[in-house]
Amino acid sequence: MTKITGAEILLESLKKEKVEVFFGYPGGVLLPFFDKLYDAKEPRFILTRHEQGAAHAADGYARATGKVGVCIATSGPGATNLVTGIATAYMDSIPMVAITGQVGTHLIGNDAFQEADVTGITRSISKHNFLVKDVKILASTIKEAFYIARSGRPGPVVIDLPVDVQKAQAEFHYPEEVKIRSYCPTTEGHKGQIKRIAKAIEKAKKPIFYVGGGVILSGANKELLEIAEKTQIPVTTTLTAMGAFPETNALSLGMLGMHGTAYANHAVQDSDLLIAVGARFDDRVTGKLDEFATHARIVHIDIDPSSVSKNVEVDIPCIGDAKCILKGLSKVIKKKPDTKNWLSKIADWKKRAPLTYKKDDKLRPQYIVEEIDRITKGNAIITTEVGQNQMWAAQYFTWKKPRTFLTSGGLGTMGYGLPAAIGAKLGRPDKIVFDIAGDGSIQMNIQELATAVLNKIHVKIAILNNCYLGMVRQWQELFFDKKYSCTYIDSFKCPDFVKLAESYGAVGIRVTKKKDVKAAIEKAIKEPNTVLIDFRIEKEENVMPMVPAGQAINRMIGGMA
Amino acid sequence: MKKFTLSVLVENKFGVLARIAGLFSARGFNINSLAVAETEDSSISRITMVVEADEKTLEQIKKQLNKLIDIIKVIDFTKENCMEKELVFVKVKSDTGARDKIMQAVDSLNARVVDTGEGTLTVEEIGDTKKINATLELLRPFGIMEIVRTGKIAIRAGKKG
Repeated sequence: MTKITGAEILLESLKKEKVEVFFGYPGGVLLPFFDKLYDAKEPRFILTRHEQGAAHAADGYARATGKVGVCIATSGPGATNLVTGIATAYMDSIPMVAITGQVGTHLIGNDAFQEADVTGITRSISKHNFLVKDVKILASTIKEAFYIARSGRPGPVVIDLPVDVQKAQAEFHYPEEVKIRSYCPTTEGHKGQIKRIAKAIEKAKKPIFYVGGGVILSGANKELLEIAEKTQIPVTTTLTAMGAFPETNALSLGMLGMHGTAYANHAVQDSDLLIAVGARFDDRVTGKLDEFATHARIVHIDIDPSSVSKNVEVDIPCIGDAKCILKGLSKVIKKKPDTKNWLSKIADWKKRAPLTYKKDDKLRPQYIVEEIDRITKGNAIITTEVGQNQMWAAQYFTWKKPRTFLTSGGLGTMGYGLPAAIGAKLGRPDKIVFDIAGDGSIQMNIQELATAVLNKIHVKIAILNNCYLGMVRQWQELFFDKKYSCTYIDSFKCPDFVKLAESYGAVGIRVTKKKDVKAAIEKAIKEPNTVLIDFRIEKEENVMPMVPAGQAINRMIGGMA
Repeated sequence: MKKFTLSVLVENKFGVLARIAGLFSARGFNINSLAVAETEDSSISRITMVVEADEKTLEQIKKQLNKLIDIIKVIDFTKENCMEKELVFVKVKSDTGARDKIMQAVDSLNARVVDTGEGTLTVEEIGDTKKINATLELLRPFGIMEIVRTGKIAIRAGKKG
């Protein structure tokens, strides 16, 4: 068999993994790879303007499609620029393979030009990483990396690839299968545990499903809908699980937690059986731990054993894939619990404390979000930045389908939304993709406008521009005597977002009045180009309701009277 | 907080120990001692570690260790019937007057002197933690100059590996 170079092996391996598109930025030690890429017809490569953009784009692609996202960056600063994107994917369990160039093996450890200890740096923010020192194991390493990234609890895997290994030659065998003796994730749930859960459900008076991103990752939304309807148990979702359960369903309680609905939080606190599925009891969800769901027996269905009893002591754990377990559980539940009183109590809460905002003539962000939802008929993919924009998006879209809300939940990464939208649009070209942005966050990766425009990846950006780093300002207003320290960024003055968009060749629209919102959104959708809308909203609008940090989640500002 | 002995089988690859050390520091777990070496299978290393934790943290430590891709198996020896040993070298001051007394003490301990220098004796002791600590206490009055102590190693009794 003829030998090929490591660079060619990498390229061929990506094809074997059926990678359609990947994102990145070249550099010195990646020259052998980019040289081979020049002649290759596939996969499609998208050159971003910053490595962080490449990582988020790969992440957005992965979240929108369920496939593994791939990004590549050079050694040293290229790799360190990927770090935020890798950490973002890690916190939300997104399957990703990040390839970094590395200095030649003989130079490693010598403080060479553009050298960084990438496996060291990424160890705690990736599911696994590899430094490949021998071209003979390159193909099998790539196979393992993709397998680890997508299996079990998914996550990013880093492959650090020295320049000399890209030049060295070996025969190319891409393994058909992969078996790692030290890594065998459990998928089937324990039958006995599933029966125990069924019994607990049958006996419950006030049960509730608390659903996390794991349900979307495992594709268990159908199974969830089926079991919820069969048992008449209400469902609340976390930020990363919006769309896992249709909010049009009467059993939906929307989001829970710090900016969740008051009725979701009250239902959790009052429940006698909390069934967590693919969720991890994050502090933004639980609030004060000692006072979280104290009357409830806790069931936890999760693929990651280390999530169980990490924050909240679990009564009935069940390790495995959410889809498998929910399917099995549905079968063994003999008798539906009597939840009639419970549901009417919740319906009453919904009436008493609905999610709402002041409806007047002012340009309010919630209205913009609702209009985008209405005009796109709820069919768009929404990405967000982080902060108020993210919370308003989560609250005021009516989520119906999984993989339509892409947001940095765990790490809370500003600058995520635009590159993620680019990745999502490439993965789902049939969809309208909107980035709901803030005037602060959008400036963190604004350079990716070039990537969108030049590659004709037509994403739409709605900046909810309030001149502030709004979420931090909101905390300063509520908890720091309105001392707006370093949060006023004056984005009505600088930059001129419309001109900025135009300078990139995108379309810029400015909206200052409520009556112009509809036309602007319609124009943005119609325009065969990337469009940025600068919505100049009320400057001091707050995200409500809100659980102050460290409080029990039913003690909400703007919650139940 | 109690002390627990974990025996961890890992892939014999570079970087595995760093993954474990990183995990412990990132999550605020405490390692009391550590002993690492190759096993009968050269592709596998065994790490015997003593950790200080409450029961809940211990559970997390075990789960987090298991989650690392290169870790093959984590065995909790705390409730197992097993043999445990540590080794210590103690360098003790030995003036002419003290030397006999130290020798006597060493004999009573089943320890042994492995080196005699000018004004010093180096004592070696092998045993479980309790025995090692007793040895140190007995030698302390003579003036300990240096202690070099290994981490604990342990093996399960009987057939079970």
